[in-house]
Parts: sequence; structure tokens; C-alpha cells
Amino acid sequence: MREILTGNEAIARGAWEAGVRLASAYPGTPSTEILENLALYEDVYSEWAPNEKVAFEVGLGAAFAGARTLVAMKHVGVNVAADPLMTAAYTGVEGGLVLISADEPGQHSSQNEQDNRHYARFAKIPLLEPSDSQEAKDLVRSALELSEEYDTPVMLRTTTRLSHSKSVVELGERPPECDNPLTSIPRNTPKYTMLPGYSRIRHPLVEERVARLRSRADELGFNRLELRSRGLGIVASGVLYQHVREAFPEASVLKLGLTYPVGARLAQELREYVDRLYVVEELDPFIEEQLRLLGIEIDGGEHVLPRVGEFDAGLIARRLSADGAPGADALLATAPPTPVEGLPQRPPALCPGCSHRGIFTVLSKLRVFVSGDIGCYTLGALPPFEAMHSCIAMGAGIGMAHGMAKVVQPGQKLREKVVAVIGDSTFFHSGLTPLLNVAWNRSDAVIILLDNRTTAMTGGQQHPGTGSTLMGHETPNVDLPGLVRALGIERVTEVDAYDLAEVESTLRKELETAGPGVIITKGPCVLEYKVSAAPMTVDLEACDACKRCLKAGCIALTYEEEGQSAYVRIDEAQCNGCGVCAQLCNFGAIVETARTEA
Amino acid sequence: MTEKMQETATKTTNLLVAGVGGQGVITATHLLSQVALAEGYDVKQNDVVGMSQRGGSVVSHLRFGQEVASPLVSAGAADLLLSFEMLEALRYMHWLRPGGLLIYNLLRINPSTVAAGFAEYPGDVRERIEASWERTLPVDGNALAQQAGNPKTANVVLLGAVSVHLTFSEEAWLSVIEENVPPKTVEANHRAFALGRQAGKA
Repeated sequence: MREILTGNEAIARGAWEAGVRLASAYPGTPSTEILENLALYEDVYSEWAPNEKVAFEVGLGAAFAGARTLVAMKHVGVNVAADPLMTAAYTGVEGGLVLISADEPGQHSSQNEQDNRHYARFAKIPLLEPSDSQEAKDLVRSALELSEEYDTPVMLRTTTRLSHSKSVVELGERPPECDNPLTSIPRNTPKYTMLPGYSRIRHPLVEERVARLRSRADELGFNRLELRSRGLGIVASGVLYQHVREAFPEASVLKLGLTYPVGARLAQELREYVDRLYVVEELDPFIEEQLRLLGIEIDGGEHVLPRVGEFDAGLIARRLSADGAPGADALLATAPPTPVEGLPQRPPALCPGCSHRGIFTVLSKLRVFVSGDIGCYTLGALPPFEAMHSCIAMGAGIGMAHGMAKVVQPGQKLREKVVAVIGDSTFFHSGLTPLLNVAWNRSDAVIILLDNRTTAMTGGQQHPGTGSTLMGHETPNVDLPGLVRALGIERVTEVDAYDLAEVESTLRKELETAGPGVIITKGPCVLEYKVSAAPMTVDLEACDACKRCLKAGCIALTYEEEGQSAYVRIDEAQCNGCGVCAQLCNFGAIVETARTEA
Repeated sequence: MTEKMQETATKTTNLLVAGVGGQGVITATHLLSQVALAEGYDVKQNDVVGMSQRGGSVVSHLRFGQEVASPLVSAGAADLLLSFEMLEALRYMHWLRPGGLLIYNLLRINPSTVAAGFAEYPGDVRERIEASWERTLPVDGNALAQQAGNPKTANVVLLGAVSVHLTFSEEAWLSVIEENVPPKTVEANHRAFALGRQAGKA
């Protein structure tokens, strides 16, 4: 049967067909849908872990116990999981372990665009890169087989354009023998207990493994040499291969599925066949450097193509043909018309009714330094709030606020005081340890936990505070204030996220009090929990057109001017009835719909 | 005007669908790809998803043909741009190839920057679209959806207008719509599609 699947759906299908027993992940764009789809297969145990390090360790444990295992994360998630990954490369596995790293050239929804292929070289593990959904499905199985044959974790790297592209896939089935029960954990202490004495024995095996893989790289069936024109040869992997096929239909292409370690044989063959040889890859010259080290002469790669952002066929056609490469598709090689300039931007915004809106309205008013974190609320950095002044990585905001509070003496100046904001899912991910540090080493930083009861930005995934698991089972719900107190924070205040006066007075009190304090703002995600009230409306008689309500930064509000009169209008279709804008109005002009009708 | 945007059966056809987060751009593109698949084409679709907040600019790429390689439509290479909103039509117009067709919904949605008073929505947006592109087809998707009896069918109205310019059979369209919309809304959606087809022939 043929179906049209995204890369992520295909990876999930591939894992199911290849007999994966356990999958673990933390949500993160563009990887999230892998586990969401795997959870639809009841014969695979799938879970969200609190963070990527835990997910990897859960997967590694299952692999030590002999199960085929998949762990998935976005590129920056691998940073979190890197500690166990580096040593798992020494131990190897019993059952196959595939790590999906979903990278984001172009960083559509990420804080950086790091090239995670370096992790494969860093850990000295094989790296596979699919170029469409069919290959994504097939390479999951290959990765697991390679993992078992070479006794190593295997990284399968996607990019946004692979994970979120749909293409046609031939479906297979799951052999029943995949589900034969595992009844014991294999014991092999020197292999799995990385004391220095044992680890030193493993390291040479890792080096020998890479050498063996490199010598066989072109025989494993992942790399394909397509000989066409002698004028131009291109080496490419992943979705770049597809772009290359469009940009230079007649070029000879070495399509790499195994990009670490890269083999010499096919590259040498292509080099001898063509006049000009290019390497086309996004971000870093990862393949190009390996080829150069193997002594392959490259005519163009990193000096011809950008090192930032993502490519499409047009960009490749233009850059390479400007460098003298023959045979570009004529339409693609033409410079595209320039975009219309001066249009208003349309950035994403906090949803109407979002429980973060009131908090950022208050933070914006008090003008404190806000040490931010990763989530929907990072939009608090944008106008009209401009109430986030740093954001680095998951869970980083609390530790950074502590560091700032330790070196700055603000006196009475509110503006120089530090507030950390962090969402509930991010807090469970990596906010506990830095908060423990605040409690232990005592600073005056105020921590706001934005508790909306979901992992909102990635589309509403379960976490330890939702009372349910990925597979839909009920589970105890973490007592958030109790957890914060247990870490050693004495002052914990819970406030209604929609009550601006309460949020402001609580925050002012905390800012004036020495020592650590945590404010938990409560308001469930309106998208995930489908929360809404009757829309508000503007009493035009009362509206002074002062624009104060626009500080709520809500897309349901529009400032209108008609001749002499000006006013704010509320789009009833978009308004969620949360009432934050009404609390900002000094004239009582924003009222519930029902009241004006009465 | 009803010259098909698919020139030959072997050439890959490039479509770009643009709109605002929450409008259903990705769902509409998915319907398009289902129809293409049902008609026996190789299909690739790409959407950037992952920021769940509402109100951002959204664009979806769809390519179909005998054998499709890249999932992305390069700027300047789209045969057809369907925009669910007027400002987004202007924003993505340069994606069209020379002679490409722009079908746009006569709908204005204020970006957050405009709502907050930091920027102005161009008052002459429709005139600018018409002045800067030769082949355009404005459709009042939301009014026709009302006429079809369900305001939520605006996307299917627009797909109806698009369908006139592609070679897919009407049967394939109708059955894909039927399979993908809530059962209670099938009739309204079929009416919306028919109204869109009329508008597309204008």
C-alpha cells in the first residue's frame, strides 16, 4: 500500500516495521511528530521523557536489555543528551539503538542552527541521512541493523524540510517475532560499566570500528553514484540531493546516505569522471572536509555556497552556475523577482486568550530585566511587550538570573532587578537543578513559573504536570508548589494569570523582598484545553482611543481611524473573552458582549 | 483565463499556498496533495510547522508530476500562488514564475504589528496586487462560503477556484473533500467547491 507521509510519520512507521520495542523523546520542532505517530502503534512502548538526556538514557537502557530502540530529539536536544551519547559510543548496545537528530537549517523554530552531523564524528558513530520519506522509513531499519552489526548507536539526521515534507511511501508490516518477550538483561560488566580501566579497553574498539566502517562505506548500499554528464559532478545528501536533481538535471551525482564516515571509492570514481566537482551541503562543510582529507580534489563547495540558512534548488542553480558550473535549469538559474518591500511583518503572536499575556503586560510595565527561556512566552521579547532580555537554552533562564542577581546591586531601582520566567514543561525539562541552585546559594532573583499545563509551543504534549502520558494513560500529576518548596524555596505564591492586579502586587512584593521567591502563574493553554468565554466588545461612546489596551498585544484588537473619530475595535471571531485588555482600559470601555446587548 | 496551469503531464507543477496561522493553509494543501495522489501523480508537499501560536505568516509548498525531486518550490518558479489573505498575496507574489497565476482571497487579516499600531496595513492592497501582477483572480472566499451555508468552507471555495486551472477530475476532488471533512459538512463543502469553480472560471 502507498501512502503520502511526512518524513516524521515515515520514521515512526519505519520504527514500527523494524520491530522497535521502545521509543522515548522530548518534544521539539521539527522532531515532535515522530513520537506522536509512534504512540499510535500499541505494540511499541512510547513515552515523552522530561528531557532529551533522560530520553536517550531510557533508550540506552532498553537497548542494553536487548530491545530495538528509537530516541528522537531536535538538534539542540542532542546537546542535552550528549553526555550519555559520548560514552554509549564506547559501550555499544545489545539491541539496535537509533538516535534521530532533527536539525533546523533556517531555524524556523529554534534558537540556533547548529549542524549536528558533527556529533556523529565527535562520538564516532555512523550517520545516515535520508532524502525523502521512503528513505526515512527504510533507513530507520538500516540504522538498527547497522547498530547491531557494528555494536554502536547510530544517528539518523533529518532536517526540517525532510521531517515536514510529505512524499509517497510504500508501507510494510511488522514481523510478529519482533514481539517475542525479553526475559533477562544481558550482563557484561567490562562492556557496560565505564570505569576508566574498562573504558580504556573500549576506546580502541571505537577507533577500529570507524576505520572498518570507512573502508566499507561505499559497499553498505547507502551511497549511490549516478553517472550522467561529464561536465559537472555533485556530492550531496539528504534533501539537498533532491534540490540538486532539480537544479542540475544532467549532472552526475554521488548521493550519500552514509555521511559519516564518508568512503573514498565512489567519490574517487566521480572525481575521475567529471571536469568539475562540487559538494552541496547546508551549514558546515562536513562532507567536503572528509572528502578533502581523503585526498579528493573539490572545485567548489563552501566557498560557493552560503554557510548559513537553508537552500532550495534555485539558490543552488544560481550559485553554482555563477561559479561556472554547466547545465543549470534555465528557470531556476534566473534571479527570482525581488519581494515587494515595506510590507508589515506578520510574526507569530501570543494567541487571543493566552495566559502569558497578562504576565508580560505587567513585566513590560515594571521594566524589570527578564531572563527568559524557551517556549511560546519567548514572544514576550517582541513589541508591544519587549519584556524579555535574554534567552539561550532550555532551562537556562533561572541559572542566568541567579548569576545576574549575584553581581548587580540594584538598590531600589526596579528596572535593574532580575526576574526569570520559565514555562512548566521547560521547568520540568531542565529548570529544577538551577532552581535548586537558587535555593541553595541564595540570590534575590524572582522566578516566575508560567504554568499552562502543557508543552504549548510544540502543539500541546503531555509532561509530568499534566496527569497523563504520551500513550494516554493516567498518571500522578506533579504538585508544582510542593516540588518548588521541596527544593528549598520558602516563598511560593500561586496567582491567577489573568488577574493583572494580583500579578502586579505579588511581583512587586517579591521584588522588594530579599532572598529567593517563586511565583506560579496559573492559566491553562487556551488552545490545548479549548478555553474560551464570550467575546468582549468596545463601548465606542466610552472609548478614548488612548491605545492603552493595545499594550496587551492581542491580534483581536485593532486601532481604527475614520475621519475625525478614532477607536479600538475587537474582532469577535478572534476574541477569546479573557478580559486582559478590559483590565488595561481606564475608561471601562471594554465590556462583555452580553452587557451591551442587555 | 481557464488555460490550465499544468502544461504537460510530464512537467512538474509548482503550487504555493499562503495565508495566516489558523486559517487552514496546511489542511487545504493536504487536500490538494491527496487529489494529486488520487490522480496518479508523484507528490511532494512541504509545510513549516512547529510554532503553534496563531497569527503568523504561513506558507505551504506543493509539487506534483511524474517524478518530483525537491519538496520546495523555488522563488520565481511557482505556476500558481493561492493566497488566503491579501497582504500575504503581496508578500509571496515574487514566488510566481513569469506568467504564473495568482488566486487570492479578498480577505484582510491584520498582522499583530498592525493590530498593536506599529505598522499600517496597506489601504490599497488589492490595487497593488492588480497593478503588480498580470494574471490574477480575486475570489471572495468568505462571502461564497456564507452562500454555501457554512462560513468555515472558505478554503474549499478557494480550492474550487484553483481546480479550474488544474487537470484533476471533478470526481477526484469531490471524493477527497468527502473523505477529509466532518461528515455533517460534506454537502456544504461540495456546494462551496461548486461556487469556487464558478468563481475560478471568471
